[in-house]
Order: sequence, then structure tokens, then C-alpha cells
Amino acid sequence: MNNILSLTPLLAVLTSLLAVPGIILSRSPNVREGWTFAAALAKFGIVVSMIPMVLSGVRLEYTLAEVLPGLGITFRVDAFGMLFAVVASSLWIVTSAYSIGYMRGLHEHSQTRYFCFFALALSATLGVAFAGNLFTLYLFYEALSFATYPLVTHHQDREARSSGRKYLFYILGGSIAFVLPAMLTAYHLTGTLDFTPQGFMGGIESKSTLLVLLLLFVFGFAKAGIMPMHSWLPAAMVAPTPVSALLHAVAVVKVGAFCVVRIITGVFGTDLLAAFHFDTLICVIASVTILTSSLIALTQDELKRRLAFSTIGQLSYIVLGVALLSQAGMTGGMLHIAMHAFGKITLFFCAGAIFVATGIKHISGMVGIGRRMPVTMGAFFLGSLSVIGLPPAGGFISKWHLVLGTVQAHQYAMLVVLLASSLLNAAYFLPIVYRAFFCTPGEAMFDNRIAEAPVWCLAPLVVTAVGSVVLFFYPQPFLRLAASAVRTLTGGG
Amino acid sequence: MGVELFTDIASKYNYLGVVILVMIGLYAMIAKNNLVKKIIGMNIFQTAIILFYVSTAAKRGATIPIIQHGHNGHGHEVIHAAEYINPLPHVLMLTAIVVSVATLGVALALAVKIYHQYGTLEEDEIRGRLRNR
Amino acid sequence: MENLSPHFPALIIIVPLIAALLTSAAGWLNRRLCFPFAALGLFTSLLVSTGLLASVLDKEVILYRLGGWPAPWGILYRIDRLNGLVLVVIFFVAFLNLIANKRTVEESFPEQLGGFYALYVLFVTGLSGMVATGDAFNLYVLLEISSLTGYALIGIGNERAPLAGLNYLFMGTIGASLYLLGIGFLYLMTGSLNMTDIASLLPGFYGSPVMVLAFLLCMTGLFIKMALFPLHAWLPNAYSFSPSASIGVIAPLTTKVMIYVMIRITFDVFTPDFSFKMMHLGEVMVWLAVAAIIMGSLFALAQTRLKRMLTYVIIAEVGYMVGGFWLGNRMAVTGAVLHILNDAVMTLCIFLAAGAVVYQICGDDFEDLKGLFRKMPISMAAFTVAALSLIGVPPTCGFFSKWYLISGGIAAGHYGFVVALLFSSLVNAVLFFRIIEIGYFEPFSEGEGGHGEHHGPPAMEIREAPAGMLACLLLAAVSLIVLGIYTGDIVTRIIDLAIPPAI
Repeated sequence: MNNILSLTPLLAVLTSLLAVPGIILSRSPNVREGWTFAAALAKFGIVVSMIPMVLSGVRLEYTLAEVLPGLGITFRVDAFGMLFAVVASSLWIVTSAYSIGYMRGLHEHSQTRYFCFFALALSATLGVAFAGNLFTLYLFYEALSFATYPLVTHHQDREARSSGRKYLFYILGGSIAFVLPAMLTAYHLTGTLDFTPQGFMGGIESKSTLLVLLLLFVFGFAKAGIMPMHSWLPAAMVAPTPVSALLHAVAVVKVGAFCVVRIITGVFGTDLLAAFHFDTLICVIASVTILTSSLIALTQDELKRRLAFSTIGQLSYIVLGVALLSQAGMTGGMLHIAMHAFGKITLFFCAGAIFVATGIKHISGMVGIGRRMPVTMGAFFLGSLSVIGLPPAGGFISKWHLVLGTVQAHQYAMLVVLLASSLLNAAYFLPIVYRAFFCTPGEAMFDNRIAEAPVWCLAPLVVTAVGSVVLFFYPQPFLRLAASAVRTLTGGG
Repeated sequence: MGVELFTDIASKYNYLGVVILVMIGLYAMIAKNNLVKKIIGMNIFQTAIILFYVSTAAKRGATIPIIQHGHNGHGHEVIHAAEYINPLPHVLMLTAIVVSVATLGVALALAVKIYHQYGTLEEDEIRGRLRNR
Repeated sequence: MENLSPHFPALIIIVPLIAALLTSAAGWLNRRLCFPFAALGLFTSLLVSTGLLASVLDKEVILYRLGGWPAPWGILYRIDRLNGLVLVVIFFVAFLNLIANKRTVEESFPEQLGGFYALYVLFVTGLSGMVATGDAFNLYVLLEISSLTGYALIGIGNERAPLAGLNYLFMGTIGASLYLLGIGFLYLMTGSLNMTDIASLLPGFYGSPVMVLAFLLCMTGLFIKMALFPLHAWLPNAYSFSPSASIGVIAPLTTKVMIYVMIRITFDVFTPDFSFKMMHLGEVMVWLAVAAIIMGSLFALAQTRLKRMLTYVIIAEVGYMVGGFWLGNRMAVTGAVLHILNDAVMTLCIFLAAGAVVYQICGDDFEDLKGLFRKMPISMAAFTVAALSLIGVPPTCGFFSKWYLISGGIAAGHYGFVVALLFSSLVNAVLFFRIIEIGYFEPFSEGEGGHGEHHGPPAMEIREAPAGMLACLLLAAVSLIVLGIYTGDIVTRIIDLAIPPAI
């Protein structure tokens, strides 16, 4: 394992930040969106350009400034961060296209502000992905919270205000009241915050201290949506759909899960957790979240809220997978970041497309909608397959690894949880699709005339739906990254 | 030398006087209703401290620090510090007096401004007026 | 400049002093000259203090004998890394605020320009002198110079300002007099007023009750002046009723400089050995600070006016620094010192933003703040940065001082202080996001059905603050982030070396 000093990670983070002045100063909307696309493509290009080096075992490193003794704003690209960065930056391109269709389709106000904070949020996301130590992670985590606040509350009405309040209450409350003291204590006890394979907490012997710190971290990173820190997520669904799609199915929530995984692997280390049997504890916490959220999702009638609760459950898959501490489980957890992202973003895109085309938000009003929007609902079907974990969609691959992981770790209770959850997922997604296509003519709420959403909305969701199918057949890029990540993070050769 | 001074503080009436003056000043500043009376209290308070400094300079049997026989034709005579009171506190207090006069000036200026605004210098009346606004 | 550089320590007092005189004179002759004189004076001082800091970084300590008199007799000015830094901050804040408030001063006091600017510059002179001097009595005189001008700067305002100013004057005078009394006792024991001289003579008196009395008197005096809870009662009224131009310099600097003076007195006069180890005061002081933080935050929650709310935030911030300092370990003291610097700039930024708001919409009641993000987007952006810094969000500087303070609390095992800091961060988040919410969401658009298209709140005309004000505000906001990023350098190159190695 050798580290190379390189500006590339910094560039990757900064690209979207640099686009912000362009976005603000653009005179026409087309130029503005041009900036967004340019930044998105550039960012994706830079990220992808680093893949070969990362896979060959090189870690790119750059320290921006040493802000505290032995602690700087440090970027370090490893396979795990890379995996997340690829997902986030590739989906940003798609989402940008979708945003244009959605925002213009609905004649939303303050679009400049919207695109500007979107770009900021992406910078912060990549910052989290490439963070080389806990402090840098925290910095970008907070930056992301504030960059997404105006996006969540975009509509600026009473509902948005109360949701925004809830959002900040959980996210900021968690990070200031839980993560900050935990991080400081860890720094005080160990003198470092650098992520290392097998963590840096090995020197601490007190079990209770470790336990308290672990819980503070796991619950403090509220973006991971582990119950009871989850209720900001359904509230945040008041945001415009592209925001929900990218931020609340991909960037923000995955940042939370990403942070928890970093805590498990880079701060505590798998050996330490196994030695104190904390792995089971995290598994239990995660599985409670998985089952509860799936049950709640069943009762939701608003499509986006149902998706939100589904997301909460799926996030805990990631945490669960990594906490299994078995080879396959960790691979599956990490893969799930990518697979779930493609599946869930498709679903959100569909929800938004339905809203743009018909103004309908509730599932009970979508009977027979498949006749009117066949492409959208077809994509919806593929997306839900991926989230449920059925072939031929990418979700199957990650779920397969997860299931394999439970067996490897001899956690058969978790196996049951996973299977039960899959059934529940099917129970809350498939009826929507079924009712959309198959209903008696009397029940149908739509005529047979095909009227899809604008092409800017439609194309992205087709792309992501196809993407999740492609990932089933060609999961190699992500699989290799995940496998390499597991190897390095567990300290194996 | 300072320590002995304080071990029998009762015998040092000057400190007692200072304490009494400080208390009078504080009492006036806290308890009086009229702003000018408060200002007077503040002045008593400051004066007490000036008095404290000046009294510390005093020595029994010493004279004012003007050296009369510095040159008596035989060259420099040895000067015994114990024969003269300490001039430094006096000098310091000159500055402190200036400060306290300036403070008084600012305080009175503010009082005048308050009087123009409310037509009274009684604190409770001013409060009443603020409440009625 | 070359041949003047040995005289820099004197120049930081003399330049503004002369500028104040000229400004005052200009007030009689030609009122338009007042501002340039004041600005020139402060700018020159800023340059001089920067030069001083630069040379102190190599040389460690610069001693300057005023009038050439040797140390124990004459007045000594003593510049080390720590007060070199504080000096730069003082002049930076004062200069920026002066430029920003040019327009408001001209409009509020058209007849008293000379007086106002002279007071302003004198106030800064007093502060910088307090920081630079190495003589305990000289410190008192300069303290009174800055206090007296401070009372006047506050009392010059309208409405309730004179009354608030007078109450401040009463409290301030008590504080200063107590300090004077304490110095008197020190003089009685040692016969000296020079700080280093006293420090070298004091070890003979350790354990003497007089020394304890002197220490307590000095500290109580300073606590009153820095508005440490429960001696804070004068501050909210005095600060919230005074004109924006005055408060923009008084709020960031007064309390911070007093805290620096406290640090100076405990380190350089009483020595850390006595102050920390023999007085057993640390525990009490930290709990007082905890009370200050919590009560300040709670009072702030109860306010419905922007400026008044901010005054209570200042009281809480004083608790940060006092608590950090009295924890007495290296981390915490570093945090306290760093916070002096950071808090000065944060307070400047937030009060400049508040000043801009008050200037444009003529009010600071929460009700008046509706739609502010649309009316004044740039000012509010700066306000948000300052708010984030006060909450303690990286990479703004407020986060890093909080980092050191909390680390210090953990190192000392003082969890009450840690909890208080976290509590205050959370309360600050509530406080500032309440304002941001009002500015961002309200007024709500009318007649919205909740379905269909969102067109957002009603559009409003942009009415930004004057360009000068805006530029200063932005500079202050940017410096919050720059300070944050360079925290490492500031700590290792300046603060670390300035704190006595004994801690």
C-alpha cells in the first residue's frame, strides 16, 4: 500500500464548487444549466480517472491545511471512497438532466439558488467520500447538512419550514450533540483521527468507553437514518423530487451510511468490534430499523413517503452488511450503496415524473396509470425489482452477497431479517406496479391515451432503470472496488 | 512590611475609614433613586480609593518628599528614605483624580441628556415612563 | 518606516492618540476631514501593529521604555506574541467597523462628527494601550480611557441609550476601582507597579492574605468589566440601545480585551503557579463560566429582538473564554486565547450584519426581519456565515476554538463544561436558525392551495446595504473562514509559544 501526493481528489471536490459562481452569474437558464453539466461531467471524469490507480492499490492523498496539530483537512482516496464517489458523481449527471425537466416543467421559482446549492451539496458529498480522517469527514458532513437545507425547504412554505426544522434538528443535533463530543473524546484518548485499516481505537481498553463512543457515532450520524434518528427523512420529502432523488436516496443518506461504515472499519476496526462483540449489537440495531421501517412503509399512501421509509430500511442493509464483519457481508453492504442508489433514484424519478405529468402524489390515485405512462411505470418496475433484490436488477447482486455474508458470519437471525425484509419490500412495491397496469376498466383513473412526462424527465429515469439492469449483468466495476475496499479496510493483504 | 500592617488592621484607622467610605459610596450607588445621588455615591467610592493610596504613603515622623539639603557644600548627603513620605502614590493619585473627574463629567453629561429626555432624574419615574411607552 | 520600527510599541498608542486630537480639531474646522483622519490613524496603527506582530514572531518579546526610563521606575511597554496578535485584532476590527459605519455615523450624528470619531479613536487607543502596557497602574489609566469613551459612545445614542450608558458607567467604575484597589495592595507589598517586577517580588508573599485579597480584588474588577455572569447585568441594555457604529466596535472588543487583561494579570503579575495552583479558584471559576454559558444561552432564547439576543450570546461567549482559561490545561488555555481572536471577528461580523439590517429596515424586531433573504441576500449570506461560526461549524473559526475548549474540558475531566459548550452550540443553532427561518420563509405567499405548482414566496425588491458596509461585512465573513483554515498556523506559531510552558 503506497500513498501518492496528488491534487486530483481536491480537484474532484472543488469542481462543482467552482461552478457555483458560473451558475450564479449566468444570464440565461441555458448557460446556467450548461455550467451544471460541465461541472458534473468534469467531476465524473476526474473521479473515474482515479479508478485504475485506486484498484492497483495506490492511495491518493492530499492535505489542504493542517488545522490542528497532527490533523488536517486531508483527502485520501481509497477503494471504498471511490465506490461512493463514482455512484454520486455519475448520478449527478443524470439528476441534472432530470432537474431541468422537473424544475422547468413545474415552473419552479429560484432555480438559480437550487442549482447553486445542488452543486455545493455535491462538493460536500465528494468531500465526505474522499475524507482521510474523521475531522475532514465531519467538516464535509456538516457542510452537506447546510448545503441541502435550502434544497429541502425549496418551496419556502409552512410545510417546508417545519420539515426544514425537523431536518436540522436531527442532523445538526446529532452531529453537535453526539458526533462532536465522541470525536473529541476519541482524539483526546488516541491523539489521532486518521482512518486506518483496523482503526485507531485499539489502545482503549475500557469496554464501556468504546461502547458509548460507538453508539454516539452510530446514532449521531443521523443521515444514516438509523431509528430513532430517522424521522427527518420522511419529513424531507417535501423537497422537489430531484432533490429527494439525488440527496435523499443517494447523496445525503448514503453519506450517513458511508460515515457509519467508516466508523466501523476505519475508526474502531473490525477486529476490535468482533473482540467486544459489538458487531452483533450493531446488527440488531440495524435489523430493528430494517423491519420497522418496512412495516411503516406498507402503511404510507404518499408515494414519496413510502419511498422514504423504504430508503431508511435499505440504508440499514448497508450498516448491517458491514457489521456482519464477514467478507461477503461487507462486500454486499458496500455494493448496496451503488445498487440501491441506482434502483432508488429510478423510483424517485418515476414519482417525480408522475407528479409532473399528472400532479398526483398518492398511491391510491395511481390505479391504471401504467396505461398512460407505460415507460415510467416500466422503469418503476425495474427499480423496485432492484430494491427488492430480484434478478435481473443490480439489487440482487448486493443482496446475494449480504445473504452470503450472514451465512459466513453464522448470523442466521440476520438471514431471516433480510429475507423477511425482502418480502416486505415486495409487498409495498409490487402492488403499485400491479395496480398501475392491471385493473378493470372501471377502476382505472386514466384513459388509454399515452402522455408521458417531458423528455428531460423521462430520459434520465430510463437511463437509471437500464443502469440497474446493466449492473446485474456487469457488476464487475463496483464489485472489484468493493472487494478491494474490503481487503484494505480489514487490513488484509 | 505590608503583612504586619494588616495583621493589626484595627489599629490602622485609615483603612477603616476607607472601608466605611467605600460602603457609603456603594450604598448610594445601589440604593439611591436619584441619579445625581448615585453619581455622588460613585464619587465617594472613587475618593475612598484615592484616600487609601495616599494614606499608604504616610510614614510616622516623616516629612514631605522635598529634599532640602541635597547639596550642602560637602557633596551629596545620604538620603534616608524613611525620613520622607512616599511620593509615588501621590503622583499616581493625581492621575486617578483626573480619571475620577472625567468620569464625573461623563456621568453628569449623561444625566443631563437623560433629564432632557425624561424630564426627571428619579429612576423609578424614568422606568414608569419607559413602561408606559 | 525603517528607522521608526524600534518605536513601534509606542506608536500604537501615539498614532491613534494624535489622530483623535486631529479628528477632534477637524470637527471644529471642517467636518468632512474627521473621517479621513480617524481612518488614517487607525489604518496606520493597523500597519504598525502588524509590523510589531511580524517582528515579535522572530524576537519573542519586545520591551520598550517610554521616555527611556529604566524598568521598575519608568513605564514599560511589553509586546509578546500574544498581545501582538490581540493588537492586530483590535485595530483590524476597529478599522473595519469604522469604514463600514461611515454612512450611519454621518446620518446619525451630523453635528457631532468630530466628537464621535475622536471618542471612537480614543476608545481604541485605550484598548490597545491596555494590551500593550507592562505597567499595572498604566493599565488602569488606559482602562479608564477606553471605558470613559465607551460610556460616551454608548450614551451618544438616542432613546434609552443614555440611561443604559449611565448604568454601565456605574458598574464600570466599580469594576475599575476594585482593580485599582487590588493594584494598591500589590504596590503595598512589593513597592512596584511594573508587572514583571511585581511577579519577581511576589513569591515572597505567597500565602499572605493580602496577596489573596489583591488577587480577588483585581479579578472581581475585571469580571465586572468583562460582564461575567452574574456580573453581566449592565451589558444587555448598554449594548442593545447604543448606535450601530459604537456597538460594532465595543461589542467585539471590550469583553475580549478584558479577558486578555485577565490572562495577562494572572500570568505575568501573579504567575500561573499562584493563580492556578495556590488559589484553588479554578473549579469555582469554571462552574461560574458554565453558569454564564447556560444562562446567557437561555436568556438569549427569550429575546425577540436581534441585537438584544446577540448581547446575551456575548455573555455566553465570555463564559467560554473564562471557563477555558481557568481549566488551566494547555488545550483549554489555547482554546480560550484562540477564542479571543475568533470571537472578536465573529462578533464584529454578526454585529456588522445586524447593523446593515437595522440601517436598511430601521428595526431589529424579529417581526421586521421577514423576507430579509430576498431583500438583502448578500448581507444575510454574511450573517449566515457568522451564525455558523457562532454555532461552531467547520471550517469557520468558531469551530476550532470550540474544539480546543472542549478538548481541554475532556482533558481536565470537567464534563460540566463540555456539556455547557455543546448545549450552547445547540442553543445557538436554534437562535440563529430561528432568525434565518424568519428571513428565509416569511412572509408566506398568500392563497396557496398546497397542491400543484409552487411559485414560492412573493418577490421582493433587493435593497442591499451601502457598498462600503457590504464590502466590510464580506471581508469580515471571509476572514472568519480564513482564520478557521489557518488555525493550525495561528496556534503553533503564535499561541503555543505565547502560553507559559509551565501549563
